[in-house]
Parts: sequence; structure tokens; C-alpha cells
Amino acid sequence: MIKIDQVSKAFGGIHAVENVSFEIAAGRITGLIGPNGAGKSTLFNLVAGLIRPDRGRITLQGEDITGRRPHELFHRGLVRTFQIPHEFSRMTVRENLMVVPAGQAGENLIQAWFRWGRVRREDRRILEKVDEVLDFLEIGHVADELAGNLSGGQKKLLDLGRTMMTPARAVLLDEPGAGVNRTLLGKVSGAIQRLNGERGYTFCLIEHDMDLISELCDPVHVMANGALIASGPMHDIRQNDHVREAYLGGGRLVDHRGGRGGERR
Amino acid sequence: MELSGIAAYLVSFLTFVGIYAILALGLNMQWGFTGQFNIGIAGFFAVGAYASAILTVPDSPWHVGGFGAPFLVGIVGAMVVSGLFGLLIGWITARLRTDYLAIATIGIAETLRLIIANETWLTHGVRGMTNIERPFAGFFEALGLSSAVGMLIVVAACLVAVYFLVERARQAPWGRVLRAIRDNEIAAEAVGKNVGRFRLEAFVVGSAIMGLGGALYAHYFGFLSPEAFLPLYGTFLVWVMLIAGGSGNNKGALLGAALIWSIWSGSEFLMSATLPDAWSGQAGPLRVILIGVLLQVILIARPQGLLPEQAPKTVPFGKAGERS
Repeated sequence: MIKIDQVSKAFGGIHAVENVSFEIAAGRITGLIGPNGAGKSTLFNLVAGLIRPDRGRITLQGEDITGRRPHELFHRGLVRTFQIPHEFSRMTVRENLMVVPAGQAGENLIQAWFRWGRVRREDRRILEKVDEVLDFLEIGHVADELAGNLSGGQKKLLDLGRTMMTPARAVLLDEPGAGVNRTLLGKVSGAIQRLNGERGYTFCLIEHDMDLISELCDPVHVMANGALIASGPMHDIRQNDHVREAYLGGGRLVDHRGGRGGERR
Repeated sequence: MELSGIAAYLVSFLTFVGIYAILALGLNMQWGFTGQFNIGIAGFFAVGAYASAILTVPDSPWHVGGFGAPFLVGIVGAMVVSGLFGLLIGWITARLRTDYLAIATIGIAETLRLIIANETWLTHGVRGMTNIERPFAGFFEALGLSSAVGMLIVVAACLVAVYFLVERARQAPWGRVLRAIRDNEIAAEAVGKNVGRFRLEAFVVGSAIMGLGGALYAHYFGFLSPEAFLPLYGTFLVWVMLIAGGSGNNKGALLGAALIWSIWSGSEFLMSATLPDAWSGQAGPLRVILIGVLLQVILIARPQGLLPEQAPKTVPFGKAGERS
């Protein structure tokens, strides 16, 4: 679905991303892991159009999207979430979702002033979708809360909810598990799995929680120092000596299911 | 019909409140909805005032003009000119963040005031423009109303129209996108909103509304000079009004305009009644200090203003699925 082809980006003398290629296959949940500073988020920013690559090409379903702005990519069916939740803090949860659908007639000021009936009808249709999304994510009880007052996990669910308000089917998730407590983490990963399984969403996610990665992702790509050092199913990645050395912490790898790594914020 | 002293004062008071409320609504669109830190309100106010004055005054040997256009042409012209001015400024400053936009706008407003003061062929400079007529004076006279009362009616009608349009814009998806941009620009762009376009629209419409306020001011006073567009009157008071009333809330903008203008004009009486003669020269600065202290108190005690922002009533309340 998304092809990253020999993409490089340097900031000053630092090669944040160096000649990276891989594909995010349609209908899969692709994982992207690596130590801090490996270039994962930079790669996301390159794909999502926040920054332009110095070299290389990125295509979405065959179309060259290199250097396209985020709002243009959105209209081509690609959205992203952020490591730190980016909620609209002084708007209610419901409004956070209502704002998303593209091309609303009422986004045109003249229509808003003089075609109020039409704008209201469209709003009511959007609201049906909003309430469906709130139900799906089981956050209906905070619908009227200001989004800024939500917990970290609820904000992550809201981020997911915003992507559900779009026709987009390719979603880049930057650390969906960061700062989320155990209970809500189950909800977040459950929602990702259901969106993938039942609704055909394609995901690519950056994550430091190896349990979450092995639960959700196949294949997994590993980055270190700006380069791709390994790709494959998580089972193989765990056996890979380069990966152990660079990221998973040398020596014997312990499957710490139930115990949380130290990198959670 | 002549008005008695108190009635005349009340009419003048309400006219000022109405004009300032229009300015505060324009600022609310820029700051309250969109988060644009425009501290050059006086500039847009002045552009509107001079545009309408130049369009409507009779021929004068001192400055351009002599178009003698009717009042309605004057105020529409004022909105168009200040809107276009806003388009130019908004386009230039499109990429500036809040605080840089503030620096740019205050600079532009001061530049404009100096242009008005020095380009005498255009504005008659510091000697000012005269003979700006109040609207529909003949019509109101036929109804037995003074031109001041007529002016108040016109200002009130403009305020009602502006309030209606600004509030509807807020309730509409258009205003929703603006508030989303204010809260989180990156996320707004990530959900496909053309941030630059929305921001420019809000800036232009807000500027046009400020221009309308300027035009009404010009026709109310009948005389314009650059003095009227010092940052204190044109910008600072409007900001205090919006912050006190509640930025993001249009009713708050109205309340703030009424409240702060009461305090501002009331303090004039208070000072002249209480200050010893030797201090009378200090009355002006003391009033500014009073308003400044008030602003500090509001910002500390009630930063959201008297009427905090509320979700539009078009957004239903209640849990998902339980909505009727």
C-alpha cells in the first residue's frame, strides 16, 4: 500500500534516516521498532508529509506522495497519530470527532451563513457517525468532556477515533501505547485489532512495548542509527543478533510479559 | 428634539459600547476562535474609519475625496478596504506564530497611524477630516429623533447583524475548524484541514468587522484625526474587553465591552470628582493604570473571563447512543 523507497533525511550533519526502504502492506499491522533516536519518528514525519526527504521516493498505492502536505495526504487516505496525543483540548470529545470529516458544506463561511438548514442536516449525519465511533471505542461516557481533561489512554483512543471519522484506511500510529495504563492499553490494542480485522484498516505503528508489538504486528521492521537493520516476524526479530545488540539489550532476551520495560513514559 | 444631559450621555455611552462591542467581536473571531494575536486592532479600526470618511465627505480643498457617497456605500467600502488590508497583512504574516504576529501587527498599526498623520493629501494629517455626516439624519429627523439617537439605532442594527453572523460562524463547522486550529494546529492539518486558508479567512473577516467599527466611529464623531487611533483606545481597551468578557464567547465580548466601557468612562467622572486639582493632569494615566490593574486581576482570578467559552448549542449533550 505504502512503499518507502531509499529514503534519506539529514538534519545538519546527523543522518536521521539513511537509505531506508520497506513496504507497508495493505491489510497488515506493520511494526516499526528501534532505540530512541533510531529515526522512527522522522520516518513517520517523512511519510506523513511533515518534512520532505532529501532523497528517495514514497508512494501510496502507486502514486508518488513524496513531500505532499499532511492535509493533502489525508485526502488520499493516509492519516497519522502522534506520540504525544494531539487532542483539540478546549473542544468536547464529540466536537473533536465532528471536526474531522472532509469537505463539510459548513466549512464554507457563505454556506454557514446562508444555507444553515443544509449545514445542520449535514451535522446531524456526522453526529450519527460520531456516536457510532464513540460506542466502538467505548468512550461514550466522556462525550461531553473537554478533550484536554481526558486521561492519556482516553486521548489515545480519541486519536484513533479521529482516524475512524475519515475515509482513510492507512493509519500511522506513533506509540499508541505510550503513557497508557494497563486496562486502557488492552482497549487500545483491541480497537486496533478490530479495526484491522473487521474493517480492513492498514496500520503501521511505532512502539517500544515489545508485548504490544508481538501481539499486534507482523511484519516488524527494526531501525537503528537511521538505518533499517532487520525485518520479519517478531519471532525472528527476537533471535536476530544485530537487533539484540542494537536495541533489545544484548545477551539473553527475556520475554517480560506482565512486567513493563523501563521505557514507558 | 433636544436630549437632556443624562439622556444625551446615555445615548453617547451606548453608542460607544456598541462600536467597541463590534471591535471586540472582530477580535474574538481572530483571537477567541483562531488564536491569532492581533494587537494592531487600531490599524484596522483606522483604515475603516478613513475609508468611509473619504468615500462619503463632500469635496474639500485639504484632502482627496469629494465622492459624497451615501452612508451605506461608506460602511460597505470601509469593510471591503479593511478586509483587503487584512488579506494583505494576513498573507504576509501567514507563517508567523502567535507572538511574532503580535509584533508584526502592532508595527503595522503604528506605521499606519504615522502615514495617516503625515500624508496630508490623503487625510489632512493631524488637522483631521471634518464634515463626516451621521447616517439618515433627515429620515430620523422626520421621525422626531435626533441624529445622535439615529446613530445609536444604526450602531445597534450593525451590532445585531455582526453578532448574528459571528455567532453563526462559530456554531458552524467553519468555527469548529478554527477552534481546532487554535487548540492544535498540527492535528488540524493531520485531519486534512487547510490551516492556512481558514486562518486567512478568519483574519480577513475579523479585519472587515473592525473596519465596520471604524466607519461607525467616524460617522458618529463627524471628525477624524490620528489621535483617535492610538493603541490605547484602538487596541488595548478592546483586548481588555474581550479578555474580561471571555474570549471565545461572543456574549462575553458584548458583556466585556459594556463593562469595561462603564469602568473606563465612569472612572473619568470619579477622578475629576475626587482628585485634588493639582493632580488633575494625572487623571488620564491613572485611568490607564486602573484598567491595567483590572486586567491583571482578571487574568489571575478568572483567566477564562466572566463568560467562559462554551460548546455551540448545536452540539448535543449526553452519552453516545442515549441521545434523543
